Amino acid sequence: MKALRRIAAAAGPPLVFAIIVLGLWQLYASVGPVSSLTLPKPTEVASALWENRSLLLENTWVTVEEILLGFAAAMVLGFLLAVLIRSSRLIERALYPWLVASQMVPVPAVAPLIVIWTGFDLRPKVIVIALVCFFPITVNTIDGLRAADPELLRLLRTLRANRVQRFVKAQLPAALPFIFSGLKVAAAFSVIGAVFAEWVGSSEGLGYLILTLNNQSATAEMFATIAILGVIGIALFLLVRGVEHLALPWYYEAREDEGEPEVDGLMLGAEV
Amino acid sequence: MRSEKLQAERISKVYGGNGGRVAALHEVDLDVGAGEFISIVGPSGCGKSTLFNILAGLIRPSGGRVLLDGSPPDQLLGEIGYMLQRDLLMPWRTVLDNTCVGLELNGVGRREARERARAEFPRFGLAGFEQHWPAKLSGGMRQRAALLRTFLAGREVMLLDEPFGALDALTRRQMQAWLLDLWQADSKTIVFVTHDVEEAVFLSDRVYVMSGRPGRVVLCLDIDLPRPRRQDITMTEGFQALKARLMEPLEAALRETQPGAVG
Repeated sequence: MKALRRIAAAAGPPLVFAIIVLGLWQLYASVGPVSSLTLPKPTEVASALWENRSLLLENTWVTVEEILLGFAAAMVLGFLLAVLIRSSRLIERALYPWLVASQMVPVPAVAPLIVIWTGFDLRPKVIVIALVCFFPITVNTIDGLRAADPELLRLLRTLRANRVQRFVKAQLPAALPFIFSGLKVAAAFSVIGAVFAEWVGSSEGLGYLILTLNNQSATAEMFATIAILGVIGIALFLLVRGVEHLALPWYYEAREDEGEPEVDGLMLGAEV
Repeated sequence: MRSEKLQAERISKVYGGNGGRVAALHEVDLDVGAGEFISIVGPSGCGKSTLFNILAGLIRPSGGRVLLDGSPPDQLLGEIGYMLQRDLLMPWRTVLDNTCVGLELNGVGRREARERARAEFPRFGLAGFEQHWPAKLSGGMRQRAALLRTFLAGREVMLLDEPFGALDALTRRQMQAWLLDLWQADSKTIVFVTHDVEEAVFLSDRVYVMSGRPGRVVLCLDIDLPRPRRQDITMTEGFQALKARLMEPLEAALRETQPGAVG
């Protein structure tokens, strides 16, 4: 009951906002000086969505698979790269500038090359999505691995913790909130990466579908496809956030009730 | 003759290389017998933290050596319990799991570590808070949890760096009496750093006074007050006399470090 009310409270305002925007859009497309080829009504988009449901669904699975694989690859490689960079001062100094420089190269410009190198199958899509997604994960993980309290690390050394134990018991848990921030940004980027990859060389997927529909001037169907891409991005973002809440109960519970500590320390005399 | 547990022999420490060399410690001697409670008082910046880091094996002295049970140990780091000024409880572990960490690192299984820690919770005034996050505890409770973590790690010698420094006066008094009970029950050897002369006299068998930079021992005073001690001992003449004898070199050390700042 309480959880239900919380969800309603969270989802209410954005839903109301969406309904208002859709209403205004419907009104403008109906009475304004636009043809339905330029701006279809939301109701037309909805019926396009329904009428093409099997085509859309088929291509949705293709794109979802690409995104999940690319995102997973970015997660693993981005994390490992961050650990490598933090493992030594010298490696950090050698690699960090190139890590930043890698973001100056526009991924859409590189995508055709990747297609040339790897072909038209799943691989180039996964690579392009991973390229778009790894940067926020790596940078946030690097920051997070710096976040552990140096005094805590010293304390653990006096308790005979070796380097690996200090990493597992202190540095990694301290980094987790940062890592999840990176994952959330990456989730938003992943959809963009998938569309780019499919535009360069593909014969299926929602990105490819948009190109085809554009050639046919099927505007309502294009809007329907875009809506699905949006839903995929939001779903991945919410998935990451859900995992985050499960993985970091200490982080959220400390934030939820920012009140006084529950008890005071003056109960000693009776206890000891 | 008492057996020496922990000794510092002419420990010196100089920081920095090019240009600014700062002498932090100068030939500090310290003798701590098994089961003794020793306090170190001194002005800020007298190198107490440096000394503790050396005794704990975290940093190497520039000169002198540390003896454990009469001889220099192969590896000092890990042989001595160290409670830093801040509680350093890990926010991602429950209070129970925080207190377990030393046991875990000693190779005790999680389950057994938890059992052993849980058994100590009542004595440390933490019963009922096993599954809480540290963020929900008061300052005094956090310090007791940090102390329990240090106790459970099982070292015979424990260095306590101003553990009660951040607590209010009333909580502080309770914690002092409680710490003495704990020390006597478990026959630990404790080296305690504080700014508070009264706290040092109340707790200790012997008090070392250190001067400002470079830190030197300027006085070593035996506290021959009877034990067990209760809070009302602070009102006695003997207690006040000991306090006065410690205050004198301490104020001289303060004048040295902060000219004109002594009231």
